[in-house]
Amino acid sequence: MANFFDNKARAAAASSSKSKPNEPVGPAPALVPWVEKYRPRSLDEVKSQDHAIDILRRMVNASNLPNLLCYGPPGTGKTSTILALCRELFGPELMKHRVLELNASDERGLSVVRERVKGFASQHLANPTPQYREKYPCPPFKIVLLDEADQLTSDAQSALRRTMETYARTTRFALCCNYVSRIIDPIASRCSKYRFRALEGSQATGRIEEILTAENVKYQQGVVERALQVSDGDLRKAITILQSAARLVGASNTDSSSRTRKNARTISEDSDEEMEDVDPTAVSSGSISVADINELAGTFPPESTDKLLGVLRKGNTSNYKRIAAEITDITASGYAANELLSSLYSKIIFDDLVDTKKKYKLTQIFSEFDKRLVDGVDEQLSMLDMTCQIAGILAA
Amino acid sequence: MALLVDKLRPRSLDALTYHKDLSNRLASLAASADFPHLLFYGPSGAGKKTRILATLRALYGSGVEKIKIDARIFTTSSNRKLEFNIVSSVYHLEITPSDVGNYDRVVIQELLKEVAQTQQVDLSAKQRFKVVVINEADGLSRDAQAALRRTMEKYSANVRLILVANSTAGIIAPIRSRTLLVRVAAPTESEICDALAKAAKKENWKAIPALNERIAKESGRNLRKALLMFEAVYAQNPEPSEKTPIPPPDWEILIEQIARDIVRERTPAMILSTRAKLYDLLTHCIPATMVLKTLCFKLVALPEVDDSLKPEVVRWASFYEHRIRLGSKVIFHLEAFVAKFMRIFEGYLVGMDF
Repeated sequence: MANFFDNKARAAAASSSKSKPNEPVGPAPALVPWVEKYRPRSLDEVKSQDHAIDILRRMVNASNLPNLLCYGPPGTGKTSTILALCRELFGPELMKHRVLELNASDERGLSVVRERVKGFASQHLANPTPQYREKYPCPPFKIVLLDEADQLTSDAQSALRRTMETYARTTRFALCCNYVSRIIDPIASRCSKYRFRALEGSQATGRIEEILTAENVKYQQGVVERALQVSDGDLRKAITILQSAARLVGASNTDSSSRTRKNARTISEDSDEEMEDVDPTAVSSGSISVADINELAGTFPPESTDKLLGVLRKGNTSNYKRIAAEITDITASGYAANELLSSLYSKIIFDDLVDTKKKYKLTQIFSEFDKRLVDGVDEQLSMLDMTCQIAGILAA
Repeated sequence: MALLVDKLRPRSLDALTYHKDLSNRLASLAASADFPHLLFYGPSGAGKKTRILATLRALYGSGVEKIKIDARIFTTSSNRKLEFNIVSSVYHLEITPSDVGNYDRVVIQELLKEVAQTQQVDLSAKQRFKVVVINEADGLSRDAQAALRRTMEKYSANVRLILVANSTAGIIAPIRSRTLLVRVAAPTESEICDALAKAAKKENWKAIPALNERIAKESGRNLRKALLMFEAVYAQNPEPSEKTPIPPPDWEILIEQIARDIVRERTPAMILSTRAKLYDLLTHCIPATMVLKTLCFKLVALPEVDDSLKPEVVRWASFYEHRIRLGSKVIFHLEAFVAKFMRIFEGYLVGMDF
């Protein structure tokens, strides 16, 4: 706490000089997923989690940190926030030694916690140079980032309990998870918890537009909104979809990216003849359209939903043939039943013209068929049944 | 002599007859510097596999067509030996992990890691990565899919995956968000007619547009089925005319017969006699879902079944199909459907509310 006042000066120094070292050095831009490339670099860049960011910022200034537990739906910036926090605390150089990032989905279980986490926690702290200390607070502890902590087995979580306390002097744990209920109580009670909300519209669109402009991608009206809509506030998913779309329509500047890639490769390969095969004319420079987004997200297109609903509103008593024809068509087009279900659901449930009592009954149908689809029933038959039942209720 | 389906399968992306947009996109992906993981989905007989092979050819040249089949043995953690077939060329591998049922995770983990950790052997190859084609990806267990998840990110320098599925419903969201989704819709009836006309020309058979149209309709927009039917018609009848009957498969005839029987007579004795027929179908390896689905559609198509009854029939078919999935012995549920149908139909005839 003695050097509390220095911290603000440090932060200022860091932010003024940060723009250069933190700039993505740009090795082969096409190969880096945009999600990684545009991950927020500082706490200020993290969108729409004001509450959590406020507290974390105060902690950075105070150079002290409890164990953290961040939870919330996917793609809301949990991992990004922690990484940005580490970066602000340690700076790019020291971060390599002071932060251990463990992704639970590949290496989970007891042995990982016992060996890697303990090994890292018991390591000796390396001291930064005085010049470096001027820029970043460099508090005297390490951070273990356990991503997807809810995927850890409860044995592994129990093993973590004691470790967290034993090494409390030198190590802080940051856990990220989707479901806080899957974290065992003893761990949860050792951490201060932060809830991350799903991103709100304007902030998310702003961020995506920034990225698209930076990538030099042309897109049509409504693309950003649609991408966010299909991804339910999951910014990562929205960005991934847009990257695929850009790649598919060749809207981004593919020429320059392939050149950078060539440079990166010359070390191992003298002949670049495969690069010469890239025919620049083959990649049409179009712009991303809403239809592309629908296609990539695999969602059922809204126009078709309207058409189907039009048929369903006529009831199911004498209308069977038309319903069956629609469903045959949908199956042949290859749309997945769960996509049809969710698009019908959002259309009907938010339609004010549908009577509330009917909605009650309809929700039951939706719930029943979602369960059936998860059980792996035949899609065509269940879609047909579902639409027939919906038609029956809508026309009643 | 090879079947028409194999003989006439287009080999390159340019030769594909329908979904021109898709072909162009695949061509530009194959030409661009970074080729993503792909997930092809669509109904069977729409041409997913054909497109994948054509894309591979665009990636590596004709070398991908020299394939060999290996049988590999994997050992599970419980020391069970699994035999697993791998179709491979120098550049790519093709596997169907759902062959080994519950142990698909073992195969995915071991095989993919092995492939992913070795680089392309052939230095003159056009691409530095190998491609692994995974068939029936929607049949993969959750564990196997979770195992794929990290592999896809970690080893993306050496390996690209192409997943093939009938529907995206069985694929977990993290995989979906890591792949480029490619939807292959079934060809329209007129596109099938065109394909059949082309096939007839190549084989020097007399082209009969009306017959082609009927085949296209019968095939349910499944090009493979259409071509097989087409070949069958010409094989049975060297000089077919517009009215030449298209022979349906035996099992469909039998199901049709069951449908007629249970509409005509609704008694316990009839249930007993249909049981024999259902068993017959099952012992000939017709999947129970297929039996139930076909029976349902045949019943609905019969003129005796009134329009107002049809949603009800579909409803129970769907209900028992779900039961088949969850239950252990399929014959119970098939019979239950037959009995239920008889009850509904009888109720309708006597004007009783069902």
